[in-house]
This record gives sequence, structure tokens and C-alpha cells, in this order.
Amino acid sequence: MKKLLLGNYAVARGCYEAGVKVATAYPGTPSTEITEAIAQYDEIYCEWAPNEKVALEVAIGAAIYGKRAICSMKHVGLNVAADPLFTASYTGINAGLLIAVADDPGMHSSQNEQDTRNIAKAAKVPVLEPADSQECIDFVKIGFEISEKFDTPVILRLTTRVAHSQSVVEERPREEVLFKYKKDIQKYVMMPAMARSRHEFVERRLKSLKEFSETLGINKIEQGTRKIAFITSGIAYQYVREAYPDAWVLKLGMVWPLPERLIKDFCSQFEKVYVVEELDPFLEENIKAMGINNIVGKEIFKLTGEYSPSFIKRAVENNEIEVPYKVKQTLPPRLPVLCPGCPHRGIFYVLSRLKDVIITGDIGCYTLGALSPFNAMDSCVCMGASIGMAHGISNASDKKQKVIAVIGDSTFVHSGIPGIIDAVYNGSDILVMILDNSTTGMTGHQDHPATGYTIKGEPTYKLDIVSLCKALGCVAVEEINPYKIKENVEKIKQLLDLPGVKVVIAKAPCRLHRRYKFTISKRYIDFEKCKNCRLCLSLGCPAISLKDKPTIDANLCLACGMCEDVCKFGAISSQKEQ
Amino acid sequence: MKKNINILVVGVGGQGNILFSKILGEVLLNAGYDVKISEVHGMAQRGGSVVTYVKAGEKVFSPLVDRAEADYILAFEKLEALRWLEYLKNNGILIYSDYEIPPLSVITGAYEYPDVEKILQTVGVKACRVEVKKLLSQLGNSRVQNTLMLGFFSRFLDIDEALFKKSIERNVKKEFIEINLKAFELGRRIEMCEVEK
Repeated sequence: MKKLLLGNYAVARGCYEAGVKVATAYPGTPSTEITEAIAQYDEIYCEWAPNEKVALEVAIGAAIYGKRAICSMKHVGLNVAADPLFTASYTGINAGLLIAVADDPGMHSSQNEQDTRNIAKAAKVPVLEPADSQECIDFVKIGFEISEKFDTPVILRLTTRVAHSQSVVEERPREEVLFKYKKDIQKYVMMPAMARSRHEFVERRLKSLKEFSETLGINKIEQGTRKIAFITSGIAYQYVREAYPDAWVLKLGMVWPLPERLIKDFCSQFEKVYVVEELDPFLEENIKAMGINNIVGKEIFKLTGEYSPSFIKRAVENNEIEVPYKVKQTLPPRLPVLCPGCPHRGIFYVLSRLKDVIITGDIGCYTLGALSPFNAMDSCVCMGASIGMAHGISNASDKKQKVIAVIGDSTFVHSGIPGIIDAVYNGSDILVMILDNSTTGMTGHQDHPATGYTIKGEPTYKLDIVSLCKALGCVAVEEINPYKIKENVEKIKQLLDLPGVKVVIAKAPCRLHRRYKFTISKRYIDFEKCKNCRLCLSLGCPAISLKDKPTIDANLCLACGMCEDVCKFGAISSQKEQ
Repeated sequence: MKKNINILVVGVGGQGNILFSKILGEVLLNAGYDVKISEVHGMAQRGGSVVTYVKAGEKVFSPLVDRAEADYILAFEKLEALRWLEYLKNNGILIYSDYEIPPLSVITGAYEYPDVEKILQTVGVKACRVEVKKLLSQLGNSRVQNTLMLGFFSRFLDIDEALFKKSIERNVKKEFIEINLKAFELGRRIEMCEVEK
């Protein structure tokens, strides 16, 4: 039966059909749903790992043991996992190992636009790039075959518009695949003597993969009726096809290593060939390096953001779209906001009131604390970076500058812990605030080691952050209720003055999480008492807006009570005015 | 040969755009179209502006709808209708909810919520306003705007009503099927506005 399936779900389906036994990941948009969907299959062991490095190590172990394994992550996650990747390329695998990496051209929810193909090339592993959901299923299977045939990890590169688009697929049954584990220290123990010969193997492998790519069916020429030609792959292929249905297209399903003869033959038939790829000129540079000069690439196609059919058409034909309906005035922007009732709001309100403090931020919902009305963040680089950077700033100022590092619970487990170890070890004076909402919020409520639940929602050992921080050597570790604003202002000021590494854990579950039940009693504003000072508006709560005076929208209010704590005139309470 | 249909579904994170697109996509697939749907996740879940593309035709390649390419824009929030208006093709139709969700930039007083009706008149676009607020209060449930809008929109497509209902039943949680079917029917019965079918 034909059905519509999200690209990520199709990757999961492909894994099921390919007999995958182990799936690991750390959540990251746009890759998260792959592992969530795999968790629905009882045949596959599945887990959230604390970070991508560990996730990949688990998958490598499973593959070496003889079970097909997949590890999924977003592009920036591959940086974290790069260390095991580069050496797994040397050891090779036993049963197939697939690493699904989702790039995010256009940065819908990412801090940079890096191109995974560059890392794959550096690690000398092959890359497949599906262009729709059916290809996601098919390429997973081909990926495992290539992985096993050539003894290599294979990267399945997705981009947002493949990962998060639904298109038509046909599902097939699962086929079990079995490999036996065999101890082989020459292959799996990468000390220099053994690694040297494995490096030779890796270079030979790349050569045979290149040869193999010439006849690989997913690298194919689609004949056109018009003398215009493109080389492309992935989602860019769809854009080319839509813009030029009558063109010649060399569609590359494997984008590394490249089929040189196929590309040369193709290019020799045309006066010029357009190379269409989002992000870096990866195909273009590698094709030029083959000595092919009649290609047109980034001189007309942009290096940043997403493409579209009309973008390609405009670039090739050098013209502009005519827009029939245009709104002339500037519209109010609608940036993402902390949800009504969000516990982070209380913390950022407090932080926004502190003077002469640098606040290093991190990746997660709480990154929104950088936006108006709080403006309470000075930096945001990558997961776990807030703590290391705070330590760096503090030392660079000879400890004169007060610094607060903000980090989430999932992020703390991901890569915050070594940052604290470093700061304690090197005698820092920073305050670390762990905003613990008992979930991975931004990506949609995934569990992690400190929530006490597995990916299947089953109870497990719950990492105790308080005891851990004490064991790491922090001078003060305190839990606070993020909704108690007045109390917290004082507490944070006091802690900031203490020498050493201090940790404050602001603990309250995410208000959108289904696991937690909240007693609801709405807040109301008594207009007699309200002096219209508008301090409550500075909370940036979507439930409070300004009519003549501030009012609370009962449909949005989740009764967190922070506005009641902020109001100086006692005008806000859970009592409705008569 | 199936005609190409490009639809943009716009609104604010949390309004049910993605579910709407999934239901509509399945309807189109079952009516014999090739279909692609593209959605935006992540930051947009947190009350940001959200867009989903639904494309149907004999064969669909790109999942994206670009500026001046949409046959229909369905806006679940008024201001968002304006934000995405450039995506409407010449003589395309805008169907928008009268629902207002002021963004933070309005709440804090930095901007004013615009007079959407007036601007649409100036721009001169074919637009249908759905009195969602009133209709939802009749239903006593504010969370079924998406199926209500689907009911209204269903009349623009020459597809059997039963396919819509089946798709709603398949995609909505069991306990909410009844209220969603009711919302769909209510939407389907709304009088057509000045724009002809």
C-alpha cells in the first residue's frame, strides 16, 4: 500500500526492513524523529545516549559484534562524534554501520550551516544522499550493503527538506541479517602499529569505492529533451527537476567518493553543466579537481541558506520573480518565545535584573533568554560551551568579572560535566545555573539520563545532578524553585559573591510535558489595585498583554504564579475580581 | 492528468498546522494525486511563525512552494496571512481565520497589531475570512480550528467528502475523533464568502 511518510520515519522504516538491531542517538532537529520512530519497533534495541560521541561508540560496538546498527544526529552532533568516526573508518565494521546525519540549510533550528560532506571526506567514508522518503528507505538498505561489502561506516546525509518532508513510499517486510563476532586485534585495536596498516586499507578502500561508484545504480543519468544539463543530488535534485523537467540530469545518490568517469563522460556531452548543491561547493570543487572545466556552480548559486526551484531558475536565467500581492507596511515580527508557565522565564527575569554580570548561554529552549524582553545572554556557541566559556571569561578578567553560565539538564549531561570538572580543577569563581526542566525541551521532550526514563518511557536509574555536582567539587550546590522570583534574586546575588564554582539547579518540569500534571488555578488582575506600572509585561509571558491595562488571557495562562510574585501592588492573584 | 495544487498552511506554533497538512495530504493521496508535504520544526514550536507546504499533482518533485506559487494560502492566524501573502500566485485564494494571536513584539508595545482586513483590501487579493472564534465557541472547543478550516477548504477541492472524514478518523486521537468530525462538518457548511468556488 502506498502511504505518505516523513523522511525521518522512512529512514526508521528502512532500518526496520534492513534488519537493524541497535539504534542510538542524541536528539537534534532535524534528525530526532529517526530514533523516536525506531523506538516503536520491538525488534530493535534503541536508546538515547548522553551525547553523539557515546551514541556512535555504542553503535560501533554493536556493528563490530555483528549486528546492523544506526546512529543518528544533526550536523553539529557529528562534530561531537568526529573522534570515534575518524577511527571507526580505520577499524571498519563487521555488520553494517550507518550514521544518519541531518544538515540544516537555512538554519531552521541550528547555530550554523555546516556541510557534513566535508567531514565525511576528511574521515574517508562514503556518503549517500536520498532525495525523498522512498529513497530514504532504499538508501538505508544500500548503505548497509556498501558498509558490509567495503568494511566501512557509511554516512546517510539528510537535509531538513528531506528529513522533514512527507512523500509517498511503499513498505516491505523485515529481513534479518546475521554476522558472527570474531576477535581481531589487528583490525579493532588501533594502536600505531596496527593503525598504520589500517590506514593503507582505508586508502585502498576509497579507491575501490570510487570504482564501485561508477556502476552504482543510484548514480544515474536522466535523459532530457533539451540541451541543458545539471549534476545534482539530494533535495537539490528535486528543485532542478521541478524547475527544468526537460533537462539532462546526472543524479548522484552517492556523493562521496565520486564516479569520475561517469561525471567526465556526462560533462563532455555538453557545452556547460550546472552543478546544483546547497551549502558548500563540495561536488563542484571535487569535479573541478578532476580537470573538468565546463561546469557552473557557486558563481551563480548561493553558498548560504536553502535553494528552491525558482531560485535555481532565476540563477540560471538571471531574472526575478514577480510577486502579485505585496504588503507594503512592516509587520510585527513573531519570534519564538518561552511558553506560558515556562520555568525558565523566572530565571531569565532574575538574570535580566542583575548588573555587571556576563551570562554565557547554551543550546536549548533557554537560548530564548537572549531575546527581548530579557536580553539576558551574552553568548551561545554549542552544547556545553556555556561552562567552559564562563571559566574562560572569569580567568581572562583575573576573576574580576562576575560570570554566570546557563545550561539545561539534558545539555549538562551531554557535555556540561567536563566543563565543571575543568572549572573546579582550575579554581574558577563562576556560578553555573542548571535549568532543569526534566526533559530535552526544544527538540520535543526526549528523555535523558537525568529524567529517570528510557526512550521507551520505561523507568531507569535517575542521574542525581545534585550529588554529582557535589562530587565534582563545587563549593555550593543548591536547588531552587524558578517560580519564586523575589527569593531567587537574593539567593543568586549571595552565591555570586562566594569564591569557587557554585551550582544552582532551578528545578521545575517543562509545562508542555505530558508526564507532569499541574494543578491549575488561573491568575487574574484586580484592576482596582493595578497601577498600570506594567512590570508584569516585562516577564514576556504570552498570556499577559496590554489592553488599557495589562490583562491575562485565561486560555493561555497556566497559573505558574510568576506574575503574582513580580507585581508590587498585590494586584495579581488567583482570585477572580467580582 | 491531475492538476497541480500548491497549498501553504501558515499560523503560529501549536495551532495544529502539521496535523492539518497530514490529514489533507492523505486525502489528496487517496484521491489519486502524488503528494509532498514539508514542515518546519524546532524553534517554531515555541510560538513562532510556522509554515507547512502541501503540494499535489500528477508528479511532485520539490516539496517547497515559493513566492507567487501558492494556489491557496490557509492562515490559522490573521497576521500570519499577511506575512506569507507574497507566496500567493496571481488569482490565488487566501482563506484566513479571524483568530488573533498577538506576537511578543505587540504584547510589549513595540509594534501594533495591524488592521488585517484593511490591508487585504488595499492589496486587492481574493480572500475568505472564516469566523473561527464564533464557530469554535459553538463547538465549545478551541483546539479544533484546524479541522474546522479543513471543512471549509474541502469545498474548494473536487474530492469526495468521505475521504476527508476517513483521513480525520485515521489521524486524530480516538477520543477526539467525534469533536473533529463535528468541526469539519461545521466548517463545510459555512456559507461561501465573496470568492467563488
